[in-house]
Amino acid sequence: MPSDTGPSEPNHVLEFPGGYTRSVGPVIGRFLSELRDGRLVGVRTAAGKVLVPPSEYDPDTGEDVTDEFVEVGPAGTVTTWSWVPRPAKEHPLGRPFAWALIRPDGADTAILHALDVGVFEEGAKPPRFLKSGMRVRPRWRPDRSGGIGDIECFQPEVTTINAPTRLEYELKGGRALGRFLEGISQGRILGHRCPVCEQVIVPMKGLCPRDGVATSEEVELPDTGTVTTFAVNNIPDPRAPEVPFVSAYVLLDGAGLTMLTLVAGIPADQVRMGMRVKAAWRPREEWDRTMANIKWFEPIDEPDVPFEEIKDFM
Amino acid sequence: MADRCAIIGVGQTAYRTKRLDVSMAGLLREAAKRALEDAQLTWKDIDAVVVGKAPDLFEGVMMPETFLADALGATGKPIMRVHTAGSVGGSTAIVAAGLIQGGVHERVLTIAWEKQSESNATWALTVNSPFTTSLVVGAGGYFAPHIRAYMRRSGAPDHIGTLVAVKDRQNALKNPYAHLKIPGISREMVESTPMLWEPIRYLETCPSSDGACAMVLASEDAAKKAPSPPAWVHGTSMRSEPMTFAGRDSVSPQGGKDAAADVYRQAGITDPRRELDCAEVYVPFSWYEPMWLENLGFCGESEGWKLTEAGATALDGDIPWNASGGVLSSNPIGASGMIRFAEAALQVRGLAGEHQVDGARRALGHAYGGGAQFFAMWIVGSDKP
Repeated sequence: MPSDTGPSEPNHVLEFPGGYTRSVGPVIGRFLSELRDGRLVGVRTAAGKVLVPPSEYDPDTGEDVTDEFVEVGPAGTVTTWSWVPRPAKEHPLGRPFAWALIRPDGADTAILHALDVGVFEEGAKPPRFLKSGMRVRPRWRPDRSGGIGDIECFQPEVTTINAPTRLEYELKGGRALGRFLEGISQGRILGHRCPVCEQVIVPMKGLCPRDGVATSEEVELPDTGTVTTFAVNNIPDPRAPEVPFVSAYVLLDGAGLTMLTLVAGIPADQVRMGMRVKAAWRPREEWDRTMANIKWFEPIDEPDVPFEEIKDFM
Repeated sequence: MADRCAIIGVGQTAYRTKRLDVSMAGLLREAAKRALEDAQLTWKDIDAVVVGKAPDLFEGVMMPETFLADALGATGKPIMRVHTAGSVGGSTAIVAAGLIQGGVHERVLTIAWEKQSESNATWALTVNSPFTTSLVVGAGGYFAPHIRAYMRRSGAPDHIGTLVAVKDRQNALKNPYAHLKIPGISREMVESTPMLWEPIRYLETCPSSDGACAMVLASEDAAKKAPSPPAWVHGTSMRSEPMTFAGRDSVSPQGGKDAAADVYRQAGITDPRRELDCAEVYVPFSWYEPMWLENLGFCGESEGWKLTEAGATALDGDIPWNASGGVLSSNPIGASGMIRFAEAALQVRGLAGEHQVDGARRALGHAYGGGAQFFAMWIVGSDKP
């Protein structure tokens, strides 16, 4: 128990030197010998039940048990448990754990032992996955001496493994994107005009996905445009701006298609389809070859564009 | 002229948030064994295996077909993997059907799956490059603006999405495999849930599910020995288009219209609403029902929401959509398309159980994926084509 509520230091101690020696007899002796070898055994009663830990008699009838020992478990099922949020120094584990009755597979009785379900802070509540019916297995000590402590504790069966995965890349954007980002690093927005459909593609890809032709005619676009449509995002994510944030498709003036960007500088519930916006650039000294140079788009004081004029860009 | 292809076996797992009780291989085998059992076949009767799942980053398993070959009885047999993002379940079935229609194989096992609990799809769908700004939006954030555009363009009233969210969950209560079961689901319940990606509410989105779906496809000869009535493939089509290009209609993509026209032509259908008995259509966000009603030609432009509002797509309507509860009720992403295809087959086989559409003889299975840029469809019927 914690010192603030527990007993104070004793002023008198009785301890038999070396500890008492106990004869365990043939039945418990067999159980302990098997434990030392890393096995769990029970004994069969005349009625056919398997008792674990074994006893020399059938507790139901008082009759002698048979001389048949049966290997059980070592896996078993928790039949009931009691949570220990603040272990005492005599307890087998130094962190919160459960005392559990565990019925080894093949046994008809349960064995009492400590159940370690993971790392928890002192005082923690029992985890939700700890419940009767849980499948568990013993954690054996490497050096065993033939005592119940040869099993350090029981622990849950393995149900999941962790598979860390990490891939490292040297990404290259390619010529067209490289040129686009070069423009962005100078505060300019560049696109390509498709020689077939004559639409301006921004950011350019060096090709027109619709016409399947290479593009090379460079066009500089203003950093103003019109919101065609948008979403108000309310799901927090450490990588995203604070919610609510608006992700919007912006049709830059003169562009043939929209760009997905953030829209800010206005309450989310006031963003409109047709709203006129302008890029908000980071301070020039922070510019690099990245779209992050533009923080977001924000409204400008111009009348909204009628829906008819933007409906074909959605 | 292609050979005939029949669906003689369908197997599904229950769809759940977490199937921690099975490994990935175990999950697939559960569906596969049920499909084999439905067809009264064993692994050795199968000539080839075609598997499909959504992007590798979802579970971080690269080339799953290699590690699953023996688990799916493909030792010494051809196995291949199909990959078309969210439409993959449909595309996978179509590739498998092609192996029968081309006369290559007699019996093909096809399976699609996702074990979403092993990872986080929103993370996997929002991997930024160093060249772009961070716009963590996930699938809902991607589709929400297009839904808003549809609402504005069609003049649909705000509650249409709610109606679909309720209707599909009511259907799910009749489907033993469905993931989301919400007894007493109502408009009030849906409307009381928060806007995740306005205009999409929480209950207007699909769940995140673990699950697998499998089918055994067979040639006409092999189908003769099938123990229960087969479904027959009357047409298949796939189309794709880039995610962005000048002039793209992201609300009603041309790829979807073209795929629909193609599959209707193959099946001899000119009026899908009248000539089909039901449809299983990929609707992961409720508003995609009216959007796809228009894209798939069940009505004219800006008319889709009126069909939904009038109850035409309800289980007792004239053209039930997603009698199974649809993607809105179960979404193991890679499997979701195949579930649509398999449920369409179950309907025309008369084996859909409590969510059976009375007398269904011809049904559409539909899937889409990516930024609404991959489309896969088939039409199946009770009669030979």
